[in-house]
Amino acid sequence: MKEIINWMAEPIRSFPTFAILFFLMLKHYKTVGTKKFAYISLAVFFPAICWFCADPNFIKIILWPDNIPINILIITITFFTWLTLYKCAENDNRIEAGQLPLEALPENREKVWSWPNLVYTELFMIIACTIFLIVWAIIFKAPLEEPANPTWAPNPAKAPWYFLGLQEMLVYFDPWMAGVVLPVIILVGLILIPYIDTNPKGNGYYTFAERKMAITGFMFGWLVLWIYLIIVGTFLRGPNWTFYGPFEFWDFHKVEPMYNVNLSEYFWIKIFNTPMPTSLILREIPGIIITVIYLLMIPPIIGATKFGKKIIEKSGQIRFYIFVMLVLGMTSLPIKMILRWLFDLKYIIALPEWELNL
Amino acid sequence: MSEELQLHLNRREFFSYLSVGWITFTAACAGMASLAFRFSYPNVNFEPEMEFLAGKTSDYEEGVDERWKNGFGVWMVKVEGKLFALSNICTHLGCIPNWLPAELKFKCPCHGSGYYMTGVNFEGPAPRPLERYAISITTEGLIKVDKTKIYRSEKGQWDHPSSFIPV
Ligand code: FES
Repeated sequence: MKEIINWMAEPIRSFPTFAILFFLMLKHYKTVGTKKFAYISLAVFFPAICWFCADPNFIKIILWPDNIPINILIITITFFTWLTLYKCAENDNRIEAGQLPLEALPENREKVWSWPNLVYTELFMIIACTIFLIVWAIIFKAPLEEPANPTWAPNPAKAPWYFLGLQEMLVYFDPWMAGVVLPVIILVGLILIPYIDTNPKGNGYYTFAERKMAITGFMFGWLVLWIYLIIVGTFLRGPNWTFYGPFEFWDFHKVEPMYNVNLSEYFWIKIFNTPMPTSLILREIPGIIITVIYLLMIPPIIGATKFGKKIIEKSGQIRFYIFVMLVLGMTSLPIKMILRWLFDLKYIIALPEWELNL
Repeated sequence: MSEELQLHLNRREFFSYLSVGWITFTAACAGMASLAFRFSYPNVNFEPEMEFLAGKTSDYEEGVDERWKNGFGVWMVKVEGKLFALSNICTHLGCIPNWLPAELKFKCPCHGSGYYMTGVNFEGPAPRPLERYAISITTEGLIKVDKTKIYRSEKGQWDHPSSFIPV
């Protein structure tokens, strides 16, 4: 059983599993978003997790001080995702039955003063959080390590927990892409959401049925890409950034046969059996063509479909193209991960001479 | 008359006070600024030196030699009739890879890039091979490694005569 879980946890299998589970969850959100479902899954998972924790390797990763925030994060995110679906299901059922959503009922529209209602809550939360942080700091002490040495790095060298998703992303990308371009796209994209999404549905009340695409798109990026990568980076990456299953001992000498090739090498050497052309542009031309097609051809193609036309009609050309470009930026991550796992592809465009790799 | 004088003196006094105050203020600001400036530099500098003597060619056996890694960030590699000084900075994001003698490769702990003994990258995200430093033999017959000069394989610089010592 543990072997199976270790085997399943490998990104090439766990990523599709996670994505499929995610879509199943959204498809059956009315089943997932019930109290019964929550109690049953608690009853199933609680013993399972206790059994997991009986394993020495597992408990060691879980209780590693750096990883405690990730444990808290997993628990809170699971709870809040369920809570959202629960509220969405409740409201959607009401809307279907021709009633107003819960939040629109007169007793829920009642207004209260921020003083003292809000301020007292905030004060209480400040005190509670302070106590929590102090207790946490006392229980899990920060380690005192040797003085910094520019010629030595710990193994595995892990970023702070909130950056582990980025660090895991760096496995698949050039530092320029994963460290600068993609984070900027993420930030700019999040800032742009209210300007792109002008649909007034779902303002002030929970609903899934009325905002299927928006919620699915956002939650895919959040749960399947960001949170999944943080979990992998935290729990499943050991020495040398090699993959280790949750029950696997962190053996420094575990070797993973890996040989990564650039698209240009595939193209010229494997397919055409010729030496690589010396001209840089000619060498990388297949990758450049693919990238140009990806970025310039796909948006108009989507715009020509029924689905695209509907969005253009609703929100206009500019909003539509910005939206599609942001989505393409987001999907470039899973595309690149899958290409790496299936074909050992390193870079689609590899121009290390110009510090430019895609 | 005396009142006029009084006024006159007052103004002069005022200016002398003002200039004393202004000079003091400027001096205090400059002092603070210089303290802040000094603070941004370390008290002790552990930076490895950029140039060092690395013994004789006969000191090295075939393969990777790690003796200068911790002090200077350099691996001396002797392979295929060449002795060269390999940088220990990963070309991906600048972590410090480890030499794994059993697997005969350098492996980076940050995102798992792997390099052959020659410094050529073959696994993980590293986009190009490790860099080599200028290496030469002094008149006393000692090896001198100069880290200010870098030779990059993808630019075809590894054939440059000062990037290796034939052995
Ligand atoms: S820094 Fe070495 S693999 Fe990323």
